[in-house]
Amino acid sequence: MNQTTAQDIINEMENISAGVLDLRVVDRRTFLKLTGITGTGLVLGYTIRDAASPVYAAADNQFTANEFVRVATDGKIYLYSKNPEVGQGIKTAVPMVIAEELDADWADVIVEQAPINEELYGRQSAGGSRSLTTAWDQVRKAGASARAMLISAAAKEWGVPASECRTEASSVFHDASNRRAGYASLAMKAAEEPVPDLDSLPLKKRSEYKLLGKRITGVDNRKIVTGQPLFGIDAVVPGMRYASYLKCPAAGGSVRSANLDEIKALPGVEDAFVIEGNNEPTELMPGIAIIANSTWAAISAKDKLKVDWDETHATRASWSDAQKNAKDAASKGQGEMLHDIGNVDEKFAEAEKSFEAYYEYPFLSHAPLEPQNTTAWVHDGKAEIWSPTQRPAQGAASVAGILGIDEKDVEVHQLRVGGGFGRRLMNDYMCEAAAISERAGVPVKLQWTREDDMAHDFYRVGGFHALKGAIDKEGKLSAWQDHFITFMGPNKKPVSGGDMRASEFPVDFFPNTRVTQTMLPLRVPTGPWRSPRSCGIAFAVQSFISELALEAGRDHVEFLLEMLGEPRWLEEGNIDAMNTGRAARVIKLAAEKAGWGKSMEKGRGLGLAFHFSHAGHFAEVADISVDDNKKLTINKITVAGDVGPIINLSGAENQCQGAVIDALSTTLGLQVSIENGRIQETNFHQYPILRMDKAPDVAVHFIESDARPTGLGEPALPPAAPAICNAIYAASGIRVRELPLTRHGFSV
Amino acid sequence: MPDIQLEVNGRNYDIKDIAADTPLLWVIRDHVGLVGTKYGCGGGYCGACTVHLDGNPVRSCSVLATSAVGKKVTTIEGVAVDDNVLHPLQEAWIEHDVPQCGYCQAGQIMSAAALLSKNTNPTDSDIDAAMSGNLCRCATYIRIRRAIRTAAAKISGNTMGTGGSV
Ligand code: FES
Ligand code: FES
Repeated sequence: MNQTTAQDIINEMENISAGVLDLRVVDRRTFLKLTGITGTGLVLGYTIRDAASPVYAAADNQFTANEFVRVATDGKIYLYSKNPEVGQGIKTAVPMVIAEELDADWADVIVEQAPINEELYGRQSAGGSRSLTTAWDQVRKAGASARAMLISAAAKEWGVPASECRTEASSVFHDASNRRAGYASLAMKAAEEPVPDLDSLPLKKRSEYKLLGKRITGVDNRKIVTGQPLFGIDAVVPGMRYASYLKCPAAGGSVRSANLDEIKALPGVEDAFVIEGNNEPTELMPGIAIIANSTWAAISAKDKLKVDWDETHATRASWSDAQKNAKDAASKGQGEMLHDIGNVDEKFAEAEKSFEAYYEYPFLSHAPLEPQNTTAWVHDGKAEIWSPTQRPAQGAASVAGILGIDEKDVEVHQLRVGGGFGRRLMNDYMCEAAAISERAGVPVKLQWTREDDMAHDFYRVGGFHALKGAIDKEGKLSAWQDHFITFMGPNKKPVSGGDMRASEFPVDFFPNTRVTQTMLPLRVPTGPWRSPRSCGIAFAVQSFISELALEAGRDHVEFLLEMLGEPRWLEEGNIDAMNTGRAARVIKLAAEKAGWGKSMEKGRGLGLAFHFSHAGHFAEVADISVDDNKKLTINKITVAGDVGPIINLSGAENQCQGAVIDALSTTLGLQVSIENGRIQETNFHQYPILRMDKAPDVAVHFIESDARPTGLGEPALPPAAPAICNAIYAASGIRVRELPLTRHGFSV
Repeated sequence: MPDIQLEVNGRNYDIKDIAADTPLLWVIRDHVGLVGTKYGCGGGYCGACTVHLDGNPVRSCSVLATSAVGKKVTTIEGVAVDDNVLHPLQEAWIEHDVPQCGYCQAGQIMSAAALLSKNTNPTDSDIDAAMSGNLCRCATYIRIRRAIRTAAAKISGNTMGTGGSV
């Protein structure tokens, strides 16, 4: 290797343009300072003094109320966002909640990304649409306690009871004496006030909200539209080298030999070496690392690697085989019993009508637009990491394990994430960067190509459902059976994302239901994909319910509402469970807004679907025209959702529109095919994500309630696929039971 | 390994010792040090890397750096009038809160800016034609369209028909 000398590093540092943020310097100080106040969980009332850090510049002029709130004497209010921002809008939404309770004027607010410290902040990941709901009480109290301290300071100053003061727009008011003091002027006095008891703090009622529910533009938007450094891929560390990493195209393969000498002789390449890894797909799989003096040198050298892979233990999976095996399994029997109540066989025997159908959905890739990357610097038994990740703390633990160092010696800086969708719950690329930096002895930025990303995802697993329904004399569903055919992971359980709850909709609603399961072997990494499980299951189940309604000669909406019955919580005491009243309301609202029941011209139809997931109730109606050549025109998709109160109306609407178009894109034309263990699709030309010219109008309606707010990154997605397929049936009489639609000759 | 000189956003940069096949994208990101231009696919499919060459939108991942010599390269960092005055598209993007993850948006704005520089009153199909080379994995298309209309109206002095707020 051409060893990087100290002089090289100095040269590099000088070459770094002033336009590039030196993330290391800024974030390290932030990190050190904030970890300095940890130790025993929540620490309040601590004033940080570090004039050198831009965030805490002139810290003598700041009131640090807690780990979320800092009020500066110049009028700025710093709020800390603890969760990764992956496009779900959390970096704007959670600070809005704090600002609401603090009564901060949003114009005064500056949002900073918090350091990773789960002891201090609690959960700091982005997944399962849980960020908002788990932070809800914590951050409201953070805002309210800072507000209470500011009020006490003002009350003391004025010699009036705190109870006579009110707050608004970053100021405390005492109306009786017509006095007002801005938070900035109270900051240093508030810092002397005791921290109030968090449990007895009064919190606002929904009717008192001034900021929540408004449309607020994302806090990073100005940086995004002016191209400022922000994302993982933008990290620059002085002296860093660039790395690429090639793994066996069939998961589980290892390196027998490679033309490393040829690669090392390429211009710009500084080193190339084999990493054995620990054979954990979520951590470090074997491969070849190339270190170079630019990204291009690293990734173009990777294309020139000639590797003899040892595929003895590699997967030979094939999607077409899996399809055949699933069909066989469906025809042979019903598999293992997950749930069986009532007397299903009897009900089928005495049914007026029974009906069955076989549904199938394929593997998918996450394909976030920012390819995986991480910058890592491992030195002196410590690791410093800059990464776009949905699970930074878990990444730190994995890196510590890989390097054999203490977790406390791994610092992960969370940078903005260019799309998550569940992919970046896995930190494989982070582990790779750490292992490469350790071996190379320099800071490295590992850059995956799009081809790497398509070949080494944790895919949304495909699945199959052999469904059967019985309809009685009154046209009601009298028995339900779902034989779910999925894939088995190493622990004899369904693979990640390929499991189904025994109580999956609609089994809770009928006395005679049966759910069975067959697991086929599979050795392809899988994982959560936007609304895991629901993203596939809803297509099969909610399409089939529409089929049954038609078979029974019933209106789909009426059929669903009858099924839901009286308004009630399905699990008493679990406010994250489904509520049939909320479900019925979104179904009725979607139907009403979309003009359900109106007559339409030939070749055009409406299709509806409901699905509950991630604590969100959603119903959607697709309005679609189908011509004789199976060309689809998506006239409109109407969404009705209930996730409690809406925090940021702009972000909420954006999430729903994005989820629905994501679902349309997927339903229409996306599929990952696997042959001989290799993923066939390599880049976007073979994985045709929907483009702007095909994006339909998506109208979003929310039903707001006083329930605790829940996340929106996922639950708007699942109903879209069945709504689309139900609409295609209504328009054309063609029932689609296998996705994607392009496999059946449809186009847009 | 040639040395080249590039003009990016009106400034000249001496780039030393790059491989002759280096795409413009990586020179902008790694050598010039402007990271607003993004890498998404490297194959001309996603548009995240869109910049202007003499005012025309190109996919910088698919253009050799050497072929940009003697031309004016404009990146997302160079479209604002100055630090305080943004391009009308950038303003409209903020007003309509277009981004989700935001990763594609620099490329989207560069494609839209090239469109509006030639046509301040684009029809829907003009917008489709100019923008369909840009993927948005988060699917912010509805807002991108609205923001382009708002900016077009502002540029042409017509504030009607901007498609509502946010
Ligand atoms: S990175 Fe250039 S088009 Fe995708
Ligand atoms: S905003 Fe995420 S890719 Fe467009």
